[in-house]
Amino acid sequence: IMCASAKYNTRGPALIPRMKTKHRIYYITLFSIVLLGLIATGVFQFWPHSIESSNDWTVEKRSVHDVPVVKLPTDSPIPERGDLSCRMHTCFDVYRCGFNPKNKIKVYIYSLKKYVDEYGTAVSNTISREYNELLTAISDSEFYTDDVNRACLFVPSIDVLNQNALRIKETAQALAQLSRWDRGTNHLLFNMLPGGPPDYNTALDVPRDRALLAGGGFSTWTYRQGYDVSIPVYSPLSREVDLPERGPGPRRYFILSSQMTLHPEYRSELEALQAENGESVLILDKCTNLSDGVPAVRKRCHKNQVFDYPQVLQESTFCVVLRGARLGQAVLSDVLQAGCVPVIVADSYILPFSEVLDWKRASVVIPEEKMPEMYSILQSVPQRQIEEMQRQARWFWEAYFRSMKAIALATLQIINDRIYPYAAISYEEWNDPPAVKWSSVSNPLFLPLIPPQSQGFTAIVLTYDRVESLFRVITEVSKVPSLSKLLVVWNNQNKNPPEDSLWPKIRVPLKVVRTAENKLSNRFFPYDEIETEAVLAIDDDIIMLTSDELQFGYEVWREFPDRLVGYPGRLHLWDHEMNKWKYESEWTNEVSMVLTGAAFYHKYFNYLYTYKMPGDIKNWVDAHMNCEDIAMNFLVANVTGKSVIKVTPRKKFKCPECTAIDGLSLDQTHMVERSECINKFASVFGTMPLKVVEHRADPVLYKDDFPEKLKSFPNIGSL
Amino acid sequence: MQTRKKYIFLTFLVTWLLLFFFGGDQLRRFTLFSGRKAEARRNWPRWTDRSLLKSFADPEELQSDGDPSLPSPRERRAARLSVYKNSRCRMETCFDFSRCEKHGFKVFTYPQERDQPLSESYSKILTSIERSRYYTPNPEEACLFILSIDTLDRDHLSGQYVRNVDEKIRGFPLWNGGRNHLIFNLYSGTWPNYTEDLGFDIGQAILAKASFYTETFRPGFDISIPLFPKDHPQRGGEKGWLYQDSIPPKKKYLLVFKGKRYLTGIGSGTRNALHHIHNGKDIISLTTCKHGKDWEKHKDTRCDKDNVDYEKFDYQELLHNSTFCIVPRGRRLGSFRFLEALQAACIPVLLSDGWELPFAEVIDWGKAAVVGNERLLLQIPSAVRCIHPERVLAFQQQTQFLWDAYFSSVDKIVHTTLEIIKDRLVPHRSRSRFLWNALPGGLLALPNFSTHLGDFPFYYLQHGRTPPVPAEHGTLSACHNATTLPLFVSSGSSPSEKFTALIRAVSPAGSPSQPIVRLIQAVSASQYCAQILVLWSCEKPPPPREKWPESTVPLTIIQGRGKLSDRFFPYVSIQTDAVLSLDEHTSLLTSEVDFAFVVWRSFPERIVGFPTRSHFWDPEQRRWGYTSKWTNELSIVLTAAAFYHRYYHSLFTEYLPTGLRELVDGLAACEDILMNILVATVTKLPPIKVTQRKQHKENSLQQVKGTAGVAGGQRFSQRQDCLNQLVDWFGYMPLVSSQLRLDPVLFKDQVSVLRKKYPHLEKP
Repeated sequence: IMCASAKYNTRGPALIPRMKTKHRIYYITLFSIVLLGLIATGVFQFWPHSIESSNDWTVEKRSVHDVPVVKLPTDSPIPERGDLSCRMHTCFDVYRCGFNPKNKIKVYIYSLKKYVDEYGTAVSNTISREYNELLTAISDSEFYTDDVNRACLFVPSIDVLNQNALRIKETAQALAQLSRWDRGTNHLLFNMLPGGPPDYNTALDVPRDRALLAGGGFSTWTYRQGYDVSIPVYSPLSREVDLPERGPGPRRYFILSSQMTLHPEYRSELEALQAENGESVLILDKCTNLSDGVPAVRKRCHKNQVFDYPQVLQESTFCVVLRGARLGQAVLSDVLQAGCVPVIVADSYILPFSEVLDWKRASVVIPEEKMPEMYSILQSVPQRQIEEMQRQARWFWEAYFRSMKAIALATLQIINDRIYPYAAISYEEWNDPPAVKWSSVSNPLFLPLIPPQSQGFTAIVLTYDRVESLFRVITEVSKVPSLSKLLVVWNNQNKNPPEDSLWPKIRVPLKVVRTAENKLSNRFFPYDEIETEAVLAIDDDIIMLTSDELQFGYEVWREFPDRLVGYPGRLHLWDHEMNKWKYESEWTNEVSMVLTGAAFYHKYFNYLYTYKMPGDIKNWVDAHMNCEDIAMNFLVANVTGKSVIKVTPRKKFKCPECTAIDGLSLDQTHMVERSECINKFASVFGTMPLKVVEHRADPVLYKDDFPEKLKSFPNIGSL
Repeated sequence: MQTRKKYIFLTFLVTWLLLFFFGGDQLRRFTLFSGRKAEARRNWPRWTDRSLLKSFADPEELQSDGDPSLPSPRERRAARLSVYKNSRCRMETCFDFSRCEKHGFKVFTYPQERDQPLSESYSKILTSIERSRYYTPNPEEACLFILSIDTLDRDHLSGQYVRNVDEKIRGFPLWNGGRNHLIFNLYSGTWPNYTEDLGFDIGQAILAKASFYTETFRPGFDISIPLFPKDHPQRGGEKGWLYQDSIPPKKKYLLVFKGKRYLTGIGSGTRNALHHIHNGKDIISLTTCKHGKDWEKHKDTRCDKDNVDYEKFDYQELLHNSTFCIVPRGRRLGSFRFLEALQAACIPVLLSDGWELPFAEVIDWGKAAVVGNERLLLQIPSAVRCIHPERVLAFQQQTQFLWDAYFSSVDKIVHTTLEIIKDRLVPHRSRSRFLWNALPGGLLALPNFSTHLGDFPFYYLQHGRTPPVPAEHGTLSACHNATTLPLFVSSGSSPSEKFTALIRAVSPAGSPSQPIVRLIQAVSASQYCAQILVLWSCEKPPPPREKWPESTVPLTIIQGRGKLSDRFFPYVSIQTDAVLSLDEHTSLLTSEVDFAFVVWRSFPERIVGFPTRSHFWDPEQRRWGYTSKWTNELSIVLTAAAFYHRYYHSLFTEYLPTGLRELVDGLAACEDILMNILVATVTKLPPIKVTQRKQHKENSLQQVKGTAGVAGGQRFSQRQDCLNQLVDWFGYMPLVSSQLRLDPVLFKDQVSVLRKKYPHLEKP
């Protein structure tokens, strides 16, 4: 009903002036109804969405101290210790997550309570600032649900970020009495500082049965691959200090160590490095003689020199991150923030988010035993790679370390990807910094395939009413051996195509497609009738191409199936005076576009043109009835990063781009329009994707002194 | 009047529309206000005192995480050696790195004992190792040891089960508790539970096993390998079946399965349920009860009908014509089906919970397979239907890449296993996950060459880098005040802007020959030439420096070692990405060099050159033929005049095993064919021929020596033999033919030469 009324509405205004007065009331009423209908549908469409987005309605004005108190009896149950063999398919109840079209898990957060033992002593601090931030972030995210029955994952509000700040047994009891605990199934705990003296376990010591652990200091022996999530140790300096991103390049120090209580053995090894390599290595320590009021955490010293921390990290190319009592160190976050490449010396440490992040691109991992060789190892890293690592390090911090929110959402996304693997975020999305995402291409036809010749190609002729010329084109094209089907796109709604009997008789199937509107984009529609990969787009007046030339074009396309392979070539130029792009059709030594009046390309690009054309380009082209070919050139170059291939020598085409009108002035306006197209498209794409090349493709023996009859494609270039 | 009415009406309409679409929000809030409170979402509270909350840790505590009472790092490392053994092995506790330091990564295979029968698959594995560049016959040098006892089939009901393995290995003096040993296994455990039991104690050995359970897998230590059939080819391997990229995927079926249904026992849970998703249209899921001797004992009501349906479809036909293939667990987790689906570009939908996927340490399976959950079988149809056609196409292509890079032959499976272990030894010189998962794959990207992506010829498009500062490219006629923005800048990153010319000189003479002098002059005149290297391959010492022509670019003479493969040695002095390989008798114009280099920059992963040759299949002699005749096709570009990326020097010298290079050194004039084959193996694409003014003479070398004719013929048949030997070694014919040549845009066009950038190429 809605579709029908909308359609009616678009035609409505044109009818109004012509209607009779006595019908006016009737029409007005009708319009009102139609409009009301529209509004109603609009309202219902946006309604649920707006409820979710406006969460400021339900903010509770309460203090943390007002939360209910829960008393834990001494003999209340304690969960089992963590089960090391847990994996998603054994300990996780996937049925709770169900199938949902958004492929998002639903996360429930238990409400905050204060736990005390029988004597009224608190089990832990109610909640830390960081854990509150983390829960707020989850609550604001699209993962959140307040309906415990719909939840797939449960996050207790019991803060276990720092094991030192809690009582282990009682915390475990508090976990066990959660309403949906069920042996910890589908429960997620966040912990950054695990273990404690004397053995410093690498995972949280609180018994937690089957609960998943997002932990900040896992070793390879405690980390349950594919079940737990390794997270960073958050550094509160991330919030306090603003270190502007520093461009990549050489820095004052080559290696810097900034950690304060290093084991003396490590320190002596670092000092040996310094002794060997001098000034380029800087080993900092705690300052002993700071005046009062200066926070010790913000200063570092070397002999009598005082440095600001973390700013000093920006002065070094590499920064050492050594293990302390624990494997995970907050300094890693500071180092990344400074865009310093971390040198990680912590055997068997599971790096943060290592399930998805490719740390080889942002860090150097050196086994503890190889510490003496650190300098030479780092020297062997190519300079250009160092620069990329610096950029990558900073990106990791920005995306996954900088706030509790970033840490929380990355953790949930990792778990989400395990549950809906077919909708998972790709390696590139996780790892490529925006600059790389922006400047790189991922070719949709990346596999080097040379399609079999036997497949042939489908010729598509877009026509309006030039039947005579069309029939000549059909006859010519049908002579090409590899043609497998001919498709005529009849773009004239006012006239029927000629009767079947009038069409030329050709050896391959000929199909006529009638279009609903006279639009240029009809030429690039991925018609079901196209059964081959290769498409030859040809105008209904291109009759000068020989069969050899077309067949050769097809052979060239087979060798470059991801490119536009065409006949007339064009060029874009930068006009320094006007400071904008200019279209060029002169005889130039370069090409960056081919006209689609005669070009081979992959059917995939029809699909892209129709459904994935950025911005309003598609409509713009249809409205201006021009530049569809330039748009196609942009699209293909942008997605593949490759140039076009112009085939065979220059021919005198009958002005293939302007439709049958001559005269210099018109020609010039035509050029101006085409230049405008280029500028318009470049701004929509946000870049100039076209590639300029100086070559064209000819048959191997073209113009060689060799008997013509022995050449595969003798009839090339003749006018 | 009419128009006025019309406008009033239109304005009225537009105002209404605007009111409702923009002002509707408030209206909605107003009208629905009362009803909302009850169903409001209970979010995490914004605590009034949240800014007063304490941090989870004291900053000082965070930054000085030390404890002086802890044992020293050295003690801790020593202690962990005794704790983390056997089932808790990791490289740092169970592998002796020091064995690999002196001689690098060398692999030793135990000598075979005569009375010890080997299965076909295991002898292929051993052959692969012996063919690899890491093989050593000397156990003293070895870093990794491979047993000669066949450990592939450890099902004690199997005929190939070797007994008393424990006793045997205890007798090996090199065993050393399994340290630095690699054990291959395809089948473990037996009916009914098919456990991970191998029937002997592997100790500290690395296990490369098919159907690995994640629970028993020692991460970073063990390796999961695919299950492969005994007729899996030793080398080369079949191609993938995807020969066209269609969108939407035009296959007849969406999802298929055809296989056994286990009525009882392990794995029956999943296999018993598969028939539920069969819809007879685009989802075909067929099961049969017929397997084992006593299936009729357990037979249920479905069996008879299922068995009939089962026969109606052909497995291969389904594999070819489906977009997705269900790969469920069998009795064990892995199945042959996995590799079959991968090869067929039928996207595997894995239903095998707890399977550590093959080579998952390096391969990103999320790009090539749908990792389903056995418990959610019924959701699979809707899940795969929702996958976007573009993604399906990417999946299909990735299956083909992975199949071809790591799985299509025993050689590849074994070499991938070895490379994974090698990467662990030197973590800072190892491949990133990106290298493993992008074309041409980890085996062909040597981290010893560089760990920087931009140094390779392959990744300049996928892995963008900040573009260099735009440089002006003044190639246009003066009539318009415009330039194309720099030729190569737009690609984001690009191969270097200069090349190194490497000329091989073989004529013994007191002073440089005339041709070489002319060649040096022509090449050094190119604006893109960075330096010239002369590889002096004669026994006599090279002429002194002053006898060489003056040139504007540095000229260096390198003393060769008298081997043909010298010309492809990765000389340190080659610092540009591009190498122009030349023979001393090559004759080229500066503009030919310029144009070829500009073309090469568009195709940095290929060989771009002048004289070409082609290969063909000779059905009469049943061997490959080589021809230097003028043909309409080409598949080899002679390295007497060709541009290629310097990485291929490293690949040639380091990737190819010594035996192969020795073979080439032994045959006259074969090294360039090997280079072409190597590049084709990597790119799967033909080389590129560019315009050449003069025709290069095939036998220029012989003619100089004054022995054309017979010697020429002999040389020709030698090259043909060489081609066939190389194809045999690679296991397939990697060369690909091309029918085109790249010429300057205006080449021989009817236009004034003044307008042409490369007019010299057209002079007769």
